Amino acid sequence: MATIAEPISEKAFTGTPRKVTAHITQNEALMFEKSSPGKKGYKLPPLDVPEVDAQALLGSAARESTGALPELSEIEIIRHFTRLSTWNYAIDLGMYPLGSCTMKYNPRVNEYVSRLEGIAEAHPYQPESLSQGALQVIKSLQECLLEITGMDAITLQPAAGAHGEFTGILLVRAYHQSRGNPRKTIIIPDSAHGTNPATAAICGYQVVNLKSNAQGGIDVAALEALVNEDTAALMLTNPSTIGVFEHQIHKIADVLHARGALLYMDGANMNALVGKTRPGDFGVDVMHLNLHKTFSTPHGGGGPGSGPVACKKILEPFLPTPVVAESSDGTLHFNYNRPQSVGRVRMFYGNFGMFVRALAYILANGPDGLRQTTEDAVLNANYIRAKLEDLYELPYKTPSMHEVVFSDRRQVRNGIKTGDLAKRLIDYGFHPYTTSFPLIVPGALMIEPTESESREELDLFIDAMRQIAREAEENPQLILDAPHSTRISRLDETGAARKPILRWKPNTE
Amino acid sequence: MRYLPKSPAEREAMLAEIGVSGINDLFSSVPEEYRLTHDLAIPRQMGESEIVDYFKQAAAHNANGYSSFLGAGAYRHYRPVIIDSLVQRGEFLTSYTPYQAEITQGTLQAIFEFQTMICELTGMDIANASMYDGSTGAAEAVMMAVRITGRGDVLVARTVHPEYREVMQTYAQHQGHVAHELAYGEDGRVDLKALDQSLTENTACVLVQSPNFFGLIEDIPAIADIVHKKGALLIVSIAEAVSLGIVRPPVEADIVSLEAQSFGVALSYGGPYCGVIAAKEKYLRQMPGRLVGETKDKHGRRGFVLTLSTREQHIRREKATSNICTNQALVALMTTIFLTVYGKEGIKELAQQNLAKAHYAVGALSRHGKLLFAGTPRFHEFVLETDEAPEQLNARLLDHKIIGGLSLARWYPELGNATLWCATELTTREQIDQAAAILAEAPVAAAVR
Repeated sequence: MATIAEPISEKAFTGTPRKVTAHITQNEALMFEKSSPGKKGYKLPPLDVPEVDAQALLGSAARESTGALPELSEIEIIRHFTRLSTWNYAIDLGMYPLGSCTMKYNPRVNEYVSRLEGIAEAHPYQPESLSQGALQVIKSLQECLLEITGMDAITLQPAAGAHGEFTGILLVRAYHQSRGNPRKTIIIPDSAHGTNPATAAICGYQVVNLKSNAQGGIDVAALEALVNEDTAALMLTNPSTIGVFEHQIHKIADVLHARGALLYMDGANMNALVGKTRPGDFGVDVMHLNLHKTFSTPHGGGGPGSGPVACKKILEPFLPTPVVAESSDGTLHFNYNRPQSVGRVRMFYGNFGMFVRALAYILANGPDGLRQTTEDAVLNANYIRAKLEDLYELPYKTPSMHEVVFSDRRQVRNGIKTGDLAKRLIDYGFHPYTTSFPLIVPGALMIEPTESESREELDLFIDAMRQIAREAEENPQLILDAPHSTRISRLDETGAARKPILRWKPNTE
Repeated sequence: MRYLPKSPAEREAMLAEIGVSGINDLFSSVPEEYRLTHDLAIPRQMGESEIVDYFKQAAAHNANGYSSFLGAGAYRHYRPVIIDSLVQRGEFLTSYTPYQAEITQGTLQAIFEFQTMICELTGMDIANASMYDGSTGAAEAVMMAVRITGRGDVLVARTVHPEYREVMQTYAQHQGHVAHELAYGEDGRVDLKALDQSLTENTACVLVQSPNFFGLIEDIPAIADIVHKKGALLIVSIAEAVSLGIVRPPVEADIVSLEAQSFGVALSYGGPYCGVIAAKEKYLRQMPGRLVGETKDKHGRRGFVLTLSTREQHIRREKATSNICTNQALVALMTTIFLTVYGKEGIKELAQQNLAKAHYAVGALSRHGKLLFAGTPRFHEFVLETDEAPEQLNARLLDHKIIGGLSLARWYPELGNATLWCATELTTREQIDQAAAILAEAPVAAAVR
């Protein structure tokens, strides 16, 4: 078996990865470096109308050169992207325990149905009479999501979670405005995702920071002291970013509502709640969902996402235009007559292809499957917690739901930080967990296994983490130099930012 | 449940190892009064064949077997088969944002190639790793210009896609900047005189689209001259990316916001698509969204990383250049593969075919209606004014399984019975001739002006 790590000294402990064996990967240059004139990867059919003279039709607007686009044949293109793909880790290869990111299995039937001709080739402006299937998909998904969240109304228009936050806070603002005063501030706990304060700012609100309590949750007394007639809303992530359910949630909602403020829930962690409890029942006024987290649509290297926003009746008049409505004859149409709407947040109707995938996922699960999914996600996180808490510091002992957050406090004594442990995990065949977040945990290791992991995979992960903990004690340099098994070692990020090279340039010498 | 890899016995064993007696013990932090004690009222669990049937039925209730002349921000182009073969490789499809560079070099290099090709096509120095779409990209470009100039007014051409303008308005409303509409002239393009008169010392930027919503190519060099004289920035939005194969890139612009859907992305009833912002290098620090940069590892090997993230929300929080996090990476990969397939010559040939088809369609259809803005250069869309109301005209076409031009009445009532038509390389001569023949049958009595 190939040795994954290069031992620093014969004596020091070097762990044995059980999940992986090194194998060769292909080298591959940039496509531009492989290009040569005259090669083609396409063939257009012959033109069935007369040729035109672009210069004559376009005049000075005609283009002379299309620049340095590559020229490659089809087999080279296939190999290029296939080789690149083998340099990636992926959920299809194994556990991807990125906390807060919910890397769960992306079912292939979702991909299949989203590519059916009548779905993939539907034009957003085709007549509504010829879009009834698409409208039905939207309506069905909306109904399922409303039932899952316990809310009253919903829009699927936002393109991602942060876009959903933006939409949700616009609803909050429009609601307050309709009552005469948009108010001035949004309260955000220090454990929140960075998108929360960034969203509040683009909606014209000042951010008021709320310090978490000793359990990492909302300090209700501190909240009570902060909420006043300027408070538009609290943006709350529940379960929180340390994976803990705010058990005082009803008090939190009461404190806000008593002063006319609203409760916004960041639904990034909704996968811990589906089928077990509903935000609409515990006092949330408006929330977003991430279809690319809870509902299995693929992350694809960073997107696309989809961020539906669900709300209570009082916010419905302000939803983005258009909304799906049913005509008296039972057919569906878009209603554009929404005088109180916050406007449009995206052209057309949102990331429809993601709606198809999310609905396919819900249908594959049904109520029992969704509940079991949530239970398994929470079971997996707690299993990891139980198996690692003797070696890694658990800063908050509160019960974990779908993710568990450790800190690197014990390993730091040997000069090993969370980011170093994460890099070493790569040598053991795993994608790292989320590092250094949430900010309330110095040196955080945020681990979210999701429901998609078998016990065997979890045990391999636990074994890797335990061996790494020992390496940290006995062979710290090994960890500081990790990863040892990848195509490239740690990259010079400072250099990348200091002298940015953001594109390839032809060699002009 | 077939996606869950655990047997009942394994679940029990794990619960025992955790030291709890049942799964509900792990949910004890949820107050009892909020725990669901019944099944969610959603459809029952379905078999895979049932799911496929469900969506086949939905697909059957959409337009099938129609020929279409719709464009208006969503374009029907051929998608080479290898796009879906490659993007469905699990290593691309099921990978996350490439925060761990050592095991995401595939995604990172592909994005670097994407950024390079977008720069080559748009004539800009830098491009980001993608935005949600063209409409939000244009809105973010405007916010970027406001930050750069420190000015508060925005001029938006009325020939920018109406839905882009609506989105821009939604973004602008609470940031204290004011958007003014810029009229179009008789040639269907930005009225240069009106532009000159509307610019003030407080104008941050001017947003135009080219080819514009009517399919016409704006005079970017002339617009840029006027805009820059007042110290404002020029943002050019491009909704039809294939036009870049044959239309001169807007090199005089400061920021270009591109919707790249035409590069191999399915129509999919309006999304997901692929926005991208490109700009002059000096505006780098105000760019929203992710950027990939080239660097080296300790052995001097080339590698790629996400860079300049101090602009972004996960570092800067409320002081970030944008709240964007998730982007359209997989869709950007589709466009990257598309552009590699067509390449330097193919993109030109493809655009040339679009131009020729539209030219033929203009000739055939304008015999039975009035071509508006006839003398202005256009790419592959055109506006036709008819005696017959668009609803009637389109109803007659639908009887022959043709989806005709889009009625502009909703956004441009001043144009009367105007419809916006689009022809691409997929539009056949036969389809155009058939549509023309049906137009020719217009009932004379139906003429309503």
